Amino acid sequence: MSNDLSPAGSSAAATAAPDPEDKPDSSSLAVMAATAPVGNGIGDYARNYVSRLRGGDMGSLPAVTGLVVLIILFSILQPSFHKLYNISVLLTEGSGPIVIAMGLVFVLLLGEIDLSAGYAAGVCAAVMVRLNVGYNSPWPVSIGAALLTGVVIGVLIGLLRAKVRIPSFVVTLAFFLAFQGVALYVLNNGKGQQGNVSVTDKVVNGIENNQMPLWLGWVFAAACVALYAAVKLSASLTRRRAGLSAVPNSVSALKILGVAVLVFGMVYILNKDRAINKKAIPQNVNGKIELVRPPKLEGVPWVILLVVVLLVIWTFVLSRTRYGRHVYAVGGNEEAARRAGVQVDRIRISVFVISSFMAAIGGILIASNVKSVSVDNYGGNTLLLAVGAAVIGGTSLFGGKGRVIDAIIGGLVVEVIYNGMADLVKGTNGSAVQYVVTGLVLMLAAAIDALSRRRAGAAGLG
Amino acid sequence: MTDQPLLQLRNVNKSFGPVQVLHGVDFEARAGEVVSLIGDNGAGKSTLVKCIGGTYTIDSGEYLFDGAPVHVRTPRDSAALGIEIVYQDLALCENLDIVQNMFLGRERTRGLTLDENAMERAASETLASLSVRTVKSVRQRVSSLSGGQRQTVAIAKSVLWNSKIVILDEPTAALGVAQTAQVLELVRRLADRGLAVVLISHNMLDVLEVSDRIAALYLGRMAAIVERSSVNQTQLVELITTGRSEGIGGIPTSTTTGVPA
Repeated sequence: MSNDLSPAGSSAAATAAPDPEDKPDSSSLAVMAATAPVGNGIGDYARNYVSRLRGGDMGSLPAVTGLVVLIILFSILQPSFHKLYNISVLLTEGSGPIVIAMGLVFVLLLGEIDLSAGYAAGVCAAVMVRLNVGYNSPWPVSIGAALLTGVVIGVLIGLLRAKVRIPSFVVTLAFFLAFQGVALYVLNNGKGQQGNVSVTDKVVNGIENNQMPLWLGWVFAAACVALYAAVKLSASLTRRRAGLSAVPNSVSALKILGVAVLVFGMVYILNKDRAINKKAIPQNVNGKIELVRPPKLEGVPWVILLVVVLLVIWTFVLSRTRYGRHVYAVGGNEEAARRAGVQVDRIRISVFVISSFMAAIGGILIASNVKSVSVDNYGGNTLLLAVGAAVIGGTSLFGGKGRVIDAIIGGLVVEVIYNGMADLVKGTNGSAVQYVVTGLVLMLAAAIDALSRRRAGAAGLG
Repeated sequence: MTDQPLLQLRNVNKSFGPVQVLHGVDFEARAGEVVSLIGDNGAGKSTLVKCIGGTYTIDSGEYLFDGAPVHVRTPRDSAALGIEIVYQDLALCENLDIVQNMFLGRERTRGLTLDENAMERAASETLASLSVRTVKSVRQRVSSLSGGQRQTVAIAKSVLWNSKIVILDEPTAALGVAQTAQVLELVRRLADRGLAVVLISHNMLDVLEVSDRIAALYLGRMAAIVERSSVNQTQLVELITTGRSEGIGGIPTSTTTGVPA
């Protein structure tokens, strides 16, 4: 049991190391004459990768390295850290901030910031729980209303930024304050429980607290690997057919293998019974006292499926569609994008809509995780975790650089720190140390971002 | 020179409020030729180019494209005619690669997704056809390119989009000697492909090296449009600084006084 997480951890490093770019195209070594591709060996590929690292294009390498180091560190320092139960707690607890961070990636790609995302999540969750508890709305209605609230919030922020031209820092700081009040108001008024409102809807609570059947977990793993392999291989195939240089097959195979080990390893771990108390306890069953084993706690939490689906959708949007290309273009050079005919204002509004929409989902996940909605759960903490997650994962604060998966990698780093530190520092100063450490990690990530940007700039002039 | 100029401006005037910047300017650009536009700061080069590009509209005068009068009121109008302006500050996104930059705003798609392979091939072929050999890979990010390579990409973009007229604003201003030579070679190649090229430059050596004809603006007036073969550097400098030079250049001194620079 002592090395439960190590297969997952080490394979994360193995897969992520040769894969800082999601798009196979941008890492390939095409040459000018399309008919004469070179660099089709694994050696060339590795050399190309190293030269890009040197140029300051580090992607999520620092975060993945950090994640592995942290996991090893906490596993040694704290015996309870790598308990099976804790691993699933880590994943479900982190899912809310991670989903918010996924939306923030879009805002950060434009060099903007959304400080209101945490409380926007709170407002949306409050709307959901109020409809649910006070007005007995079925879950599709209450969740739909929460998502719609997110979209409206996003449009509002986007218009104020793009049309009124208030800096996003100020707009969202104002909303950071205002939304706290709105969430409080919704939670303290209307029909039903008030204040800290318990979530009663089984579907909402089930997102984070129910598990897939074991077989479905394996199907899910197989589907993930098959999808990844299909994307990688079909990309290489069509490139070769078009006479362009492609990622060497050996590299693709290694990546697919790495993803397979990672995904199947995670499902294997999550499919084990992780109940803390497995001993049978005496219970009154139909008038007789019997020894009853507590129910097993096993299977992949449903929320992981949701996070993976969101990852796939938004990664597709960013890397494969014209819209995604324009988001990167506006983030890289707004004036150039405008001259090329990109509707800059529309792009700008849209990223805030995506951010707030994802915040709404994240807010529902946080509600599901703790089975209640209270303003405290959406405070500065949630937001900083989300911003920290995106930046630590490798999304640049200066815009133009970042991927959706950064949010997941960075989110896991933040969550591992939080979770791992929780029992490490005993006594009343535990949370103080947690804050300081997370703050320092965020600072470190921002420093790496700034320094690598300078380095890339220097390399660009050479 | 019996052929029709591709672009012809006749007696163009442009004022900003009380300040008249262009006074009855005539200008033309012919397919397959490089025409350089020279002049001191404030002579009206940028204004003229922006009038051609549709950023400004002309107050009066004729704007003929392929012999037919046209109205160019927005940059989109000029782009529709096939006029491409490569600005001094380049307008490339550093975080995107060469292909992505060349197709920015006009991406090729297949259904919902970008057709990366088609775009990469087209970009490669365009660069190859311009004999550009200085970039290692079309999938290189622009941030890793040198100034000359960036100019090359910006210029190649106009070829890719089948422009008829390419206007280059100080393309060599920030470049070293070798890179300048490369860019000038590329400028020449554009003209050889049948495009009309307008080169704006402060550098007389560049102008003399690459031009077929040279147009000199002086205080908002076209001082002279001369054949490259008929002038030397000294004459060009005189045209820029005084608007006249030994028999060429026809602005009477009296009318130039009092014109705001």
